[in-house]
Amino acid sequence: MYKYDAIDRQLILDRVEQFRDQVRRWQAGELTDDEFRPLRLQNGLYIQRHAPMFRIAVPYGMMNSAQLRKLAHVARKYDRGYGHFTTRHNLQLNWPQLTDVPDILAELAEVDLHAIQTSGNCLRNITTDQFAGVAADEIIDPRPLAEILRQWTTFHPEFAFLPRKFKIAISGTKEDRAVTWFHDIGLHLKVVDGVTGFTVIVGGGLGRTPIRGQVVRDFLPWQHILTYCEAILRVYNRFGRRDNAYKARIKILVQALGVEEFGKLVEAEWAHGKDGPATITQAEYDRVAAHFGAPAYETITTVDAAYQAKIIADKAFARWVERNTQPHKVAGYTAVTLSLKKHGVAPGDITSDQMEVVADLADRYSFGELRISHEQNVILADVKLADLADVWRVAKAAGLATPNIGLLTSMICCPGGDFCDLANAKSIPIATAIQQRFDDLDYLFEIGEIDLNISGCMNACGHHHVGHIGVLGVDKNNDEFYQVTLGGRQGYDARLGKVIGPSFSAGEMPDVIEKIVKVYLENRHPDERFIDTFDRIGIDPFKNRVYEGRAHGKAKQKEAA
Amino acid sequence: MAQLIKQGNVTVDTWKTLEIGEGETPETIALPAGDVIFPLAVWLARRNEIVSCHKRIGLLLLPDDKVEEIAADLEYFVVVAVHFPKFVDGRGYSTAALLRQRYHYQGELRAVGDVLHDQLFFMQRVGFDSYALKDGKDAIHAIGKGFAPFSETYQASTDQPEPHFRRRTA
Ligand code: SF4
Repeated sequence: MYKYDAIDRQLILDRVEQFRDQVRRWQAGELTDDEFRPLRLQNGLYIQRHAPMFRIAVPYGMMNSAQLRKLAHVARKYDRGYGHFTTRHNLQLNWPQLTDVPDILAELAEVDLHAIQTSGNCLRNITTDQFAGVAADEIIDPRPLAEILRQWTTFHPEFAFLPRKFKIAISGTKEDRAVTWFHDIGLHLKVVDGVTGFTVIVGGGLGRTPIRGQVVRDFLPWQHILTYCEAILRVYNRFGRRDNAYKARIKILVQALGVEEFGKLVEAEWAHGKDGPATITQAEYDRVAAHFGAPAYETITTVDAAYQAKIIADKAFARWVERNTQPHKVAGYTAVTLSLKKHGVAPGDITSDQMEVVADLADRYSFGELRISHEQNVILADVKLADLADVWRVAKAAGLATPNIGLLTSMICCPGGDFCDLANAKSIPIATAIQQRFDDLDYLFEIGEIDLNISGCMNACGHHHVGHIGVLGVDKNNDEFYQVTLGGRQGYDARLGKVIGPSFSAGEMPDVIEKIVKVYLENRHPDERFIDTFDRIGIDPFKNRVYEGRAHGKAKQKEAA
Repeated sequence: MAQLIKQGNVTVDTWKTLEIGEGETPETIALPAGDVIFPLAVWLARRNEIVSCHKRIGLLLLPDDKVEEIAADLEYFVVVAVHFPKFVDGRGYSTAALLRQRYHYQGELRAVGDVLHDQLFFMQRVGFDSYALKDGKDAIHAIGKGFAPFSETYQASTDQPEPHFRRRTA
């Protein structure tokens, strides 16, 4: 992965001192709360229900073992010994003291970690595919360009005070695993006639007004990505709405102008910047790309006999391999997903002890590196098949080997009302209740692949719109209720789910999910996943079951022909 | 009164900004003598008059004002003041960048309004060279620490037209 040079490192150290001085001035009354707020937000610091919430960046999801050990240490020393991985390659601490944050930042800087622009109305952390560089279906490794973009976003002088937050995602695979259709800018790397470039998508977003992004430029050679992003950002910075925070995202501007008109403004702006100094040089690309070279893989020609034998002999191991490993570019290797979705634990939560176990596993079996996925799991990207049994044993003992990746209980879930001030409703207890209901592994495997995503409010940090089943916390006369959507999906064919009908109380939710699953099981054809059956039979059978015996919510009766 | 920071010092501001009061319009407002910063609307309405009776002319741009409208007039201005109604309103950064980079404005470019310590770095980068720091803020500390919190910058901007990757030696 990318190794910081003296300059990269110095900037982070400078940032620590800058923030220390900001905290000091705020404490001394030289900065008002309002003046301090955007400054602390741009260092990942929210004031939340119980304490500040502090968000540490994991740029494009890549980390080394030393960094994870440092996070373990920081969570233990300054917090309650655990952290929470979010859907955007960040680690959140829920209980730090605000006055400790400069010291936390200083400790993080020792291993090149920081919280730069992890929140606030600025250019946020770049996200990408957790299997970047190793995925069997990869066309191009997005990480060098993600790193070049990271540097460009860091303290960008013109775009530090945008109308609203701005998120960029980049994907280099056939199957989009970075939710690029739902970002402010989504970039699909592709090769056209031997030229590498991007399809540029703008104006996507989940949140209050979920909108699928639109293609603003079908193909942009990679050298131009910074100048083109500058053009988009300049148009947005000048013309994006600032009168209403709910209408301030770029998606609203793109909707208001229409993507064609918006595209014209961008192209006119880009005409000035194109081929200018911010055009990326081959030398710079090569310099950065060299950091992402393949690790020292062994040449493996035969499948490990002990591994094969164990697959046959040990059902639990075989299940874990089936769910939690991923095809790899290199023969004899696999990418392992360590599940942070153990039943009964808040999705995405990881203790300091677990972080240390993962760091050790990474050192021993995966070249000292790991990744964080937007599904809130940890990935060891380069594990030999022959080592899988050992990895499994250690991960299992640490509670990191729940074989549920892609299954119902491996849900995405935001912190919700237990921690987040913006929440309409709690989300973690819903996740836990559903996990308890579906605790039988045989049944879970029988059900197969379902994405269940839960958000505590319309901000959609839990990506509920793109879950096959989406759950959204809503406020109904000051009570916590949950609205259910069906049929959403991520990937290249990303779509928003449809609302099934009136919302439910927390207590009803496990039943509701169970009924939805039953309708699927009763109707599915062999080899159909939940989403396939849904696409074939539509939403009505689900409505009718879920609202059976109720006055409202069932599908309208079709008139007999 | 804001504290005007210029070239690392707090200086005396000789400019007055013309404010359009209630009941006045750009077309009818009396034009004062001296060094005056005129709102864009007044400049557009009264340009010939202003040019004939003022040697030194200043222009005030609000966040909504389009730089494009005065791109051809820039040689008239000794100072262009860009107004930040709130420090979190970042439109003025694009205004400044356009003035300097696209239209090659060479005169004084002044940040006015809600101008605070922690924005000075960004302002300087996009091309401001004078700063009306908000009243009551510590100008000495701002001068000492606000302009150079970072020892290097990645992006190209007005103060450094080459991005860092083009300036690398190794
Ligand atoms: S979706 Fe809402 S409740 Fe959940 S973390 Fe985001 S803002 Fe908070």
